[in-house]
Amino acid sequence: MRRRVGPLLVVVLALVGCSRGSSEVGVLRLATTTSTADSGLLDAILPAFEEEYRARVDVVATGTGQAIELGEAGDADVILVHARALEDAFVAEGHGTERFDVMYNDFVIVGPEDDPASIEGVSVAADALGLIAGSQATFASRGDSSGTHTKERALWEAAGIDPDTGSGWYKSLGQGMGDTLNFANETGAYTLSDRGTYLSQQANLPNLSVLVGGMSIAENADPALLNPYGVIPVDPDKGNIDAELAEQFVEWLTSVETQSRIEKVGVDAFGQPLFYPDSEKWRNR
Amino acid sequence: METIGRALVDAIRLLRELDPELVETVALTLQVTLGALIIALVSGIPIGAAVGLARRLPGRALIVPVIYTGMGLPPVTVGLFTYLLLSNQGPLGGLGWLFTPTGMITAQTFIAFPLVVGLTMTSVQGVDPDVRTQMIALGASNRQVALTILTEARIGVTAAVVAAYGSIISEVGAVMLVGGNIEGETRVLTTAIVLETRQGNFALALALGIVLLGIAFLTNFLFHRLQVRQGGP
Repeated sequence: MRRRVGPLLVVVLALVGCSRGSSEVGVLRLATTTSTADSGLLDAILPAFEEEYRARVDVVATGTGQAIELGEAGDADVILVHARALEDAFVAEGHGTERFDVMYNDFVIVGPEDDPASIEGVSVAADALGLIAGSQATFASRGDSSGTHTKERALWEAAGIDPDTGSGWYKSLGQGMGDTLNFANETGAYTLSDRGTYLSQQANLPNLSVLVGGMSIAENADPALLNPYGVIPVDPDKGNIDAELAEQFVEWLTSVETQSRIEKVGVDAFGQPLFYPDSEKWRNR
Repeated sequence: METIGRALVDAIRLLRELDPELVETVALTLQVTLGALIIALVSGIPIGAAVGLARRLPGRALIVPVIYTGMGLPPVTVGLFTYLLLSNQGPLGGLGWLFTPTGMITAQTFIAFPLVVGLTMTSVQGVDPDVRTQMIALGASNRQVALTILTEARIGVTAAVVAAYGSIISEVGAVMLVGGNIEGETRVLTTAIVLETRQGNFALALALGIVLLGIAFLTNFLFHRLQVRQGGP
């Protein structure tokens, strides 16, 4: 028996040592949408924050709805999402301290190349949706309360149409952007996508092309298709919130240096940025 | 705790009101699960019995491990395989089964089939070999022998049914990929749970989980009654 105590003690001390060691590094829990993670943006910029602030960022990439819910429950220190109305409500209800502009990209309507609803070249998204509904061409909706789905609902409303899932042509998928694009590619459906996700998957979507929104954000003529992202530190009173680190993160994310880094993501691979910097400091630089 | 309490209340309310969307989702869940289960049983039990009873089976050393591996296939891999099979560019794209309940049944059948084959095989192998020797001595045909041994092995075969049923009704990866989780068309209980969770509707998601658990329990209760009537434990 006595012999076993020595190694056991070593193991216990090692474990204690480990937990001590890791607790010295701050952990920031970031709840965000799949688009920021899937596009490779976070991988490109977060290491700099982790190094500068000697912290680790735990990313939960999910739908905007769940990301906001995570913030409300106090299971995240900061949220980075894109659904302006939901973000404002989050702050108004006291779940977050303040919303800050971070960046934007845009949405496009993609569809089959034979374009049965003849929407190619239409500049206003709501008009294009009107044509799709009029011709009963298949439309794939995210249907998951994500930022993209919220935007799509607003565009239908602007078109004065209330698409019904029972009608057959409007498919409410309840899946992520990538899955929805695959669905549209397979079934010859139209869908609304953020440009970043579409560009990053374009190689696997031979049957789809951008029909409304142009080849880059500069060609997008419909301001309703703009897609702004905001960052909100979660209310510190929820308990267990690392408010200091969250504030440092917001400060860092909106700094001119990080913003110029955001602007470079995607340029090599797609010839255009996936996100355009838009923080107050960037605009006033 | 509050979420769990709300979920229970929600589950009871959904069931009491017979929420039409819930009824539709439950009906499709049962249609897909039972459809796949029946196909897997009709094809898997005879094959399992044949493999288990064959005296000399060329390649048994390979066939049996293949069946065992099939019993542990990750459903999402089966889903991916079925997706590629049924995709426009796939060999069976012409059938137009992708994103339909038929496609979901196809994927679920691939998941259930090895389970039925494997468990039937082991349960017929567990039957006293004397039964077979005696029947052959009495002049029974191969078919009669197989049927008698299957009857002897019925408790094990029922276990095969229960295992296959449990694995497919609770499965989410394959039906999500192949079905597409389309509202009113291919949305089943498991994919609805994923969707509601992602939207942060934890109470509703948990309520659907409770409904799923209830259905699984009811069906297994019936299976067990069947087993008892057959003289099982």
